[in-house]
Amino acid sequence: MTRPRAPGPPLSATGDPSGSQRGAAGPIRISLHAPGFPTTTEPDPPFPPTSILNAPQDPVANLTLVQAINLALVQEMERDDRVIILGEDVGPNGGVFRVTEGLHKRFGGHRVVDTPLAESGIIGTSIGLAMAGLRPVPEIQFDGFLGPAYDQLCSHAARMRTRTRSAFTVPLTVRVPVGGGIHAPELHSDSPEAIYAHQPGLKVVMPASPYDAKGLLISAIRDPDPVLFFEPKRIYRAFREEVPEDEYTIPIGKARVVAEGEEMTMVSWGASVVQCMQAIEKSGRSIELIDLRTIWPLDTETILESVRKTGRVVIVHEAPKSGGWGAEIATRITEHCFLHLEAPPQRVAGFDTIMPYYKLEMEYMPDAARIAKAIDETAAY
Amino acid sequence: MQGQRPRDEGQRAKWTITDLRTSLLPSRFMSSTASAHSDSRSGGGAAPEAAGNPAAASANGAAADPSGRPAARATERTEAAPAASLAAELPDDVLLGWLRDMLLIREFEVRTMQAYQEKKIGGFCHVYIGQEAVAVGCTAAIERRDPMVTAYRDHGHALARGMDPRHCMAEMFGRIGGCAKGKGGSMHMFDKANNLFGGHGIVGAQTPLGAGLAFATKYEDEVIEGRRSDRVTLCFLGDGALNQGAFHEAKNLAGLLDLPVIFVVENNGYSMGTSISRGTTMGHDISVKAAGYGIEAAVIDGMDVMTVYDAMKPLVDRCRATSRPAFVDMRTYRYKGHSMSDPRKYRTRAEEEQYEASDPIGRLAAWLESSRGFSKQRYDELAREVRQQVRDCVKWAEASPEPPIEELYTDVYVERFGPYLGTSPPQMLRDGADEA
Repeated sequence: MTRPRAPGPPLSATGDPSGSQRGAAGPIRISLHAPGFPTTTEPDPPFPPTSILNAPQDPVANLTLVQAINLALVQEMERDDRVIILGEDVGPNGGVFRVTEGLHKRFGGHRVVDTPLAESGIIGTSIGLAMAGLRPVPEIQFDGFLGPAYDQLCSHAARMRTRTRSAFTVPLTVRVPVGGGIHAPELHSDSPEAIYAHQPGLKVVMPASPYDAKGLLISAIRDPDPVLFFEPKRIYRAFREEVPEDEYTIPIGKARVVAEGEEMTMVSWGASVVQCMQAIEKSGRSIELIDLRTIWPLDTETILESVRKTGRVVIVHEAPKSGGWGAEIATRITEHCFLHLEAPPQRVAGFDTIMPYYKLEMEYMPDAARIAKAIDETAAY
Repeated sequence: MQGQRPRDEGQRAKWTITDLRTSLLPSRFMSSTASAHSDSRSGGGAAPEAAGNPAAASANGAAADPSGRPAARATERTEAAPAASLAAELPDDVLLGWLRDMLLIREFEVRTMQAYQEKKIGGFCHVYIGQEAVAVGCTAAIERRDPMVTAYRDHGHALARGMDPRHCMAEMFGRIGGCAKGKGGSMHMFDKANNLFGGHGIVGAQTPLGAGLAFATKYEDEVIEGRRSDRVTLCFLGDGALNQGAFHEAKNLAGLLDLPVIFVVENNGYSMGTSISRGTTMGHDISVKAAGYGIEAAVIDGMDVMTVYDAMKPLVDRCRATSRPAFVDMRTYRYKGHSMSDPRKYRTRAEEEQYEASDPIGRLAAWLESSRGFSKQRYDELAREVRQQVRDCVKWAEASPEPPIEELYTDVYVERFGPYLGTSPPQMLRDGADEA
């Protein structure tokens, strides 16, 4: 019942213009862009991948956030051959931010799959892969490009466990560079964490340091639920941190107390944590800084415990203020710690506008000065 | 027929199968389709479905299909048709199994409509009546290990794939006995044991999933197990999904990555209330939508289960062998509306009757009668058996317990109830107490 084709060569069984004998006897092949499926008998390449890391060979390396993520990917792909990477230019090009640099060479085109720029298709295909038991780690190039994949994430990934009573799950980790600070235009500088935290069924993670990035990403890949792994691109290469070369995990859903303090609590996540540290240092006050690490599920208990101690709280994030994740945190604090509060919870956040073009970018994002002002006001209330 | 458009009983074809109250089954299945089918089997060069398929007749003659959609062009199909029918070679029990499956789907859907109108089924409900040959024929052409994924009109696929109809019915009733403890409902039939990856509610959004499933089978076989992959994925979609972006992304990926997935477009001519000619460019020949992606296309008469099998089996075998995607324009018709609340003002009763006259159940029964000595008595027995089975399904579903309030918070994340302080777990709802 094949439909005869109009002029031109008849549609071959494979439809492959190269006329390759796919499916014929011989080596197993798939045309996943580059060299095809390698035989599984190839010897293992050396590990750790010194060429990727540019890092010393001690048990602890001084890594940037990008390198830490790269290391986590390498180790997870080594550990589990069900982990595969998909995305635009993630292959030989190493991804738009070079996060997957070297992976294609190391693992081959069948595990580091270059895809067309088609976010809905990338995420939808990844969901199919995950439902069938693989552990895909797709990369979406920029925060603003998540829009086309929103349907797949919220209509499928988030709901599959519920609508199948856990018979099918979606162990998917979507890596997305987020946030501003790199002189990019809008759609390349957004902070969409609250949008996805609002969708039950998704987990949302955002590391603020190389150490956390590695441990959280490994947890995310091993997590049986879909995780949005938001990488603050402003601090991709902003600083280095000691990162163990051994595998380790950081639990999803637990915040980290970065610095202990008595006078005030400060809650933040992602790149803003760095600004908070600077502001706290300048203020000279005893401020307890909490890095959420995971946006959802939210570690409410750690926040409440701190606020019960300090009675004052400042929340800092890059995303627009109204309806931002800070609103949820402030609400929980007032719900559960009302009588402990000495001052109203304050939010320092982006404005309720579209992320501006780069000349005004730094005005838009909370900086140390704006945070310092909030600290002073809250302390003086 | 409350809630449906009033029908003039007198105008009905005698063996129309759509009566809600009495039997859904043809009282007389012998019809002209019998000879039509044997014609097609003999490959005599005449339009195989000319007698049985009004749409095909319209393609040959001048009469336009009221939906604006000519059927598979007879000349093409005759040229490409296999010399002998594969289905006609199959043993009696297989073909009787198909007949039984189609009867089961038909009866099941009639009882589903009834239960919906009695408000026993909530949500929305899209029945498969008229399209039975597609699910049954396609399922017969693949193996159980082959993944299958479909859209929201999914009861037929679930039953054809082998889901216990009691679980299917209980799912729609929202009961614990459902295939997903009543958490998915009508549009979300999943069956892990039978490799059915759902039922999906967003039009076209399941198509990248189909590509992903095909990718996964190939990856598992070739990379993890180190053997040649020979699994094929069937991804069903409606003709309305042709217009969704996700489908084009899926086709592109499948073509690009050599994924063994067959996109079966159940082309029933209508995307809800919009006929394909009003909603889709090249609606008269959607197979061209595969050519742009370098994907093989086939046009199949989906109103005849033997034809479906005859065309799908070689296609499936080819996809298995070559690990390439394919696209099928499966011409079919839904006798009922898009959903239970559809007044069907966009088409005429005459058009519906035209299709009902080429009913897939009647066609197979007639062929079995003429070629295999299948008797009316045996048919009635089968119909009675199926009717009883579905009646028992409804009883079973009704007896299944309703979900307890704890189910609100299960199956959201891997963690049960989780550490989600302040998000109103059911205990809070019940006790009104907040321990935080």
